Amino acid sequence: MKKQLIALILALVPFTALAAGGGNVHLDKMEPDLYDKASLQNGAKMFVNYCMGCHSAQFQRFARTAEDLGIPQDVIEENLIFSSSLKYNDQMRIAMQKEDAAVWFGAAPPDLSLEARLRGADWIYTYLRSFYVDESRPWGVNNTVFPDVGMPNVLASLQGIQEKVCDPNHHVAEVDPLTGNQVGESCLKITKEGAMSKAEFDKAVYDLTNFLVYAGEPSKLESNRIAPWVLGFIVILFFFAYLLKKEYWRDIH
Amino acid sequence: MAGNRNKGNPGLMGWIDDRFPATAMWEDHLSKYYAPKNFNFWYFFGSLALLVLVNQILTGIWLTMSFNPSAEGAFASVEYIMRDVEYGWLLRYMHSTGASAFFVVVYLHMFRGMMYGSYKAPRELIWIFGMAIYLALMAEAFMGYLLPWGQMSYWGAQVIISLFTAIPGIGPDLAQWVRGDFLISGITLNRFFALHVIALPIVLLALVVLHIIALHEVGSNNPDGNDIKKHKDENGIPLDGIPFHPYYTLKDIVGVAVFLFVFCAIIFYAPTMGGYFIEAPNFEPANPLKTPAHIAPVWYFTPFYAMLRAITFPMFGLDAKFWGVVVMGAAIAILFVLPWLDKSPVRSMRYKGWISKVFLLLFAISFVILGVLGALPSTPGRTALAQLCTAIYFLYFILMPWYTKFESTKPVPERVTG
Repeated sequence: MKKQLIALILALVPFTALAAGGGNVHLDKMEPDLYDKASLQNGAKMFVNYCMGCHSAQFQRFARTAEDLGIPQDVIEENLIFSSSLKYNDQMRIAMQKEDAAVWFGAAPPDLSLEARLRGADWIYTYLRSFYVDESRPWGVNNTVFPDVGMPNVLASLQGIQEKVCDPNHHVAEVDPLTGNQVGESCLKITKEGAMSKAEFDKAVYDLTNFLVYAGEPSKLESNRIAPWVLGFIVILFFFAYLLKKEYWRDIH
Repeated sequence: MAGNRNKGNPGLMGWIDDRFPATAMWEDHLSKYYAPKNFNFWYFFGSLALLVLVNQILTGIWLTMSFNPSAEGAFASVEYIMRDVEYGWLLRYMHSTGASAFFVVVYLHMFRGMMYGSYKAPRELIWIFGMAIYLALMAEAFMGYLLPWGQMSYWGAQVIISLFTAIPGIGPDLAQWVRGDFLISGITLNRFFALHVIALPIVLLALVVLHIIALHEVGSNNPDGNDIKKHKDENGIPLDGIPFHPYYTLKDIVGVAVFLFVFCAIIFYAPTMGGYFIEAPNFEPANPLKTPAHIAPVWYFTPFYAMLRAITFPMFGLDAKFWGVVVMGAAIAILFVLPWLDKSPVRSMRYKGWISKVFLLLFAISFVILGVLGALPSTPGRTALAQLCTAIYFLYFILMPWYTKFESTKPVPERVTG
């Protein structure tokens, strides 16, 4: 029986070893932390201030965000709800019409409720830091992660001006074997400082990504909270079920 | 069967038994149903399949209460369940993980049957009912996957339904008839919802009842593949048999606890299972104008999807797609006739010859490799490997009448060996 169990586990290994798809661009690793409330709160602030002009999070409610992130209702109402037509219990919707947006940007900016689940945290974290100057594009910027994207670099005032100094497709950046992050020379260079230093900006984007990961699956907090209790109960159930079975089967040879 | 047993007894049970064979049924199927005492690890998966079926039906009922089966509202209603319905996320993940768990336990249950010859006479009908359950389950899972109305729901259904167009002559009209529209639309979603929540569950439940009645009529096989009814005591009870209740009910609870631990760990910590139980593109609403770069079915269909893609050459004036569909259909159809392909005098792999053992091993490995290949984009090398594995899959069945007949077998012990 033990041998069969091991064989079974080995048979399932190939399934777990396969990672589901992905592009060819190097993505920096971003390890979300749903228990870093300060980070999530800052991420929510970043999202409302820099993203929500064009992107909604139509499945996520302000009230849910407030409760999960420990933000008082009056603080939310004063600082995060800008539209007079939106209430505390409303979903994080925007006023911009999809039809108008499609004309202005070439494609309507997508809703971001599930963006982290669709593309992954690494993708968002890298994408937001990979805009570079490209005068041939309508907004004067392009992106190495999402080439020819229709979105302007809304974080430019924080990041500064970034330029591409080599072709990232031919540039092999040194990768830290421990973190998986690129170290040393990157193909993207800040040529004019913004309001934040590189480290500050990376942290701000980390917080924003962290918030989007949270907003993609707010139930994760509840799930993590009850999981040990449920699993603990099952372990106890197993223990007693096993003893009972052993007792009954004592006479079966 | 019931006859005049348990008639004229006093009390409430007596009153009921005079009018309905409650005690007789309890005895026939549980307390006096004698199962071989040597069931091993592989025998947990039948009861686990029943557990998962109940899980799917119960969580399904509650999901239906908040789900909106329309092209405009389906995607948003799933997120509504995930966020605004109390414990809706738990119901949804129990249901989505349950779908994959169902196929895990059913595949292991089927493999057990193949290993110990549980399909051989007199259990052919049990096997056929079981295969019908598997077929209904595939239809149920396929239709259920369209309901969240994500990109992979949409394009997965698009790919599979377009397979009907490969049938010469009536194909395109048939595909349109299935969709109810010129392309997958809200009309398709609505009919799949009706079939998923009413029609197929009724069929599944009826087939499960037939599967179990047929099993209890002839009695369970065992890892030795011998007949425990040949050696009975003076009361007519098989010497190697033990009452299903309490012995196997209690043993199965131990199995249930182990299963639930794994099941719940996935629900709480990895409900998408890295994209294998819930695929990432399904977090984007269905968009008929935007085809995903890589369309892959959910893992439990990938072996057959790999076989479909393995047929890359036209034959007899019909195109490769048609033959791919034929091969895929044949891969499932051939399982139905398995009881008549096995000519071996023994049931269990324990006493069959080495050729049977090698073939079963190759068959299992091929099936797993096909499953992995079906989830990956195809390359010439992978297609060649898929062709090889498809050939092995079919050779296992096609050559079975010969190798089971001519190989030398070991003598089967009279009594079970444990």
